[in-house]
Amino acid sequence: MIEFHRVTKIYPNGVVGLENIDLKIEKGEFVVIVGLSGAGKSTLLRSINRLHEISSGEITIDGKSITKAKGKELRRIRRDIGMIFQNFNLVKRSTVLRNVLSGRVGYHSTLRTVLGWFPKEDVDLAMNALERMNILEKAYTRSDQLSGGQQQRVSIARALAQKAKIILADEPVASLDPLTTKQVMDDLKKINQELGITLVVNLHSVDLARQYATRIIGLKAGQIVFDGSAREATDKRFSEIYGKPFEVGTNEADREFKYESIN
Amino acid sequence: MKRIESLNMNRLTKQEIPKAPTKIKHYLTAALIVLLIGWSAYQTESSFIDFVEGFPNMFDLLVQMYPPSWSYFDDIVPAMLDTFRMAVIGTTMGALLAVPFALLCASNIAASNWIYYPFRFILNLIRTIPELLLAAIFVAIFGLGPLPGIFALAVFSMGIIAKLTYEAMESIDKGPLEAMTAVGANKIQWIVYSVVPQVSPYFVSFVLYTFEINIRAAAILGLVGAGGIGEYYDKTLGFLEYDKVSTIIIFTLMVVLLIDYISTKLREKLL
Repeated sequence: MIEFHRVTKIYPNGVVGLENIDLKIEKGEFVVIVGLSGAGKSTLLRSINRLHEISSGEITIDGKSITKAKGKELRRIRRDIGMIFQNFNLVKRSTVLRNVLSGRVGYHSTLRTVLGWFPKEDVDLAMNALERMNILEKAYTRSDQLSGGQQQRVSIARALAQKAKIILADEPVASLDPLTTKQVMDDLKKINQELGITLVVNLHSVDLARQYATRIIGLKAGQIVFDGSAREATDKRFSEIYGKPFEVGTNEADREFKYESIN
Repeated sequence: MKRIESLNMNRLTKQEIPKAPTKIKHYLTAALIVLLIGWSAYQTESSFIDFVEGFPNMFDLLVQMYPPSWSYFDDIVPAMLDTFRMAVIGTTMGALLAVPFALLCASNIAASNWIYYPFRFILNLIRTIPELLLAAIFVAIFGLGPLPGIFALAVFSMGIIAKLTYEAMESIDKGPLEAMTAVGANKIQWIVYSVVPQVSPYFVSFVLYTFEINIRAAAILGLVGAGGIGEYYDKTLGFLEYDKVSTIIIFTLMVVLLIDYISTKLREKLL
């Protein structure tokens, strides 16, 4: 369970990233956060595992405050939260397996991980994660040899190998083509349903959000302006909240998207 | 089409054509450089006439150098091997020392500028000392022989490798760094899993490059008594045995060219 208690984030230049957010995300939910760029989606997501520091308020994960956690305690909380990024963030020169195993470092001593002596169970775990993501045969391939969609599946496998209870995904499909987008989103849905992992995903497409989310949160200028089920998130409702610009924004994003996939 | 063109033409004439910037600054710079060269030449008492007058001497030297004393070859092989070994050990020691230094100098790794500014300052300080001076200092401390030469090369290589490596570190993709933070890695794990794989090909390339430089540097360290082939330069030049000098030069040239070639090929493979 993720809880936000009156969380505010103000950037050093005075821009308000998040304003007085109160939010509770239950275990097993598939939450999609939508909003225009600059609405604070990424800030919200990254404050959960403290890749971004918040200015005031508190965030707790299963009752433990990550805001107050330090050193080992903080790393322990982070270990249970997987993260998936728009640009996959794999080490391109390393093999797929090593990238997946890097999700295990939080479980072992520094010496052991530095030497790369992972126990057999860890390697099995990594291989299982790759199998689940349908990419097992690439285990010993260098990551930069994979396509974008494959790389994203490897990064999901890393989060699975981590045995994360929560997975945060920051625009996981923004640099993928429509077909791969569907595969990756289906994979996320699958791990949510089969493994009961809580998912918090940022998307810029409301359509996609409606297809996959059990709950949609709309952000605007750092505030929550919508919080409801996919069924409640109608086009009418969203244009009421965001006005015309939101429609234009999503269209533009889609167009950009197509260009990228052509290239 | 025509209408558009005429429209554009109209726009051009309406706008004011910008004036070309003055070139006075360039002329002043050129004048300043000429002045600087003239002043330097005057102060060091160097002149073209001296250069021309010295030319026949240069030719004389070349004549005396020919033919090289091929039999001398056997005498200098051990010294050349010493030079090579000095370069190998010195570069390795320097490379090992450079790793922690580079990590402490890189602003994206050493999080606080209270760490990386002082270390960069120390690094810059080290790099201002020429390797020959370093060797002379170490000879004074450890006595004659290859050991001070090795230490000099180690410090010298450390400066170069650390500088190049920390700059490479600062330009790596920060995505994997972020991913490792999110995974809950501690600082050492974070470095080993996200920084090292990204930087290591560059690092190896820098080490090879420094090794090339060190072979050349090691060849003259003997001039200050720090071992290697340089001692033979000193000796033969002192006795005016120019045929032997040319043998040493040819030998050094061969070794340097060979190592340059191998190292360049290896570095091409790496990057």
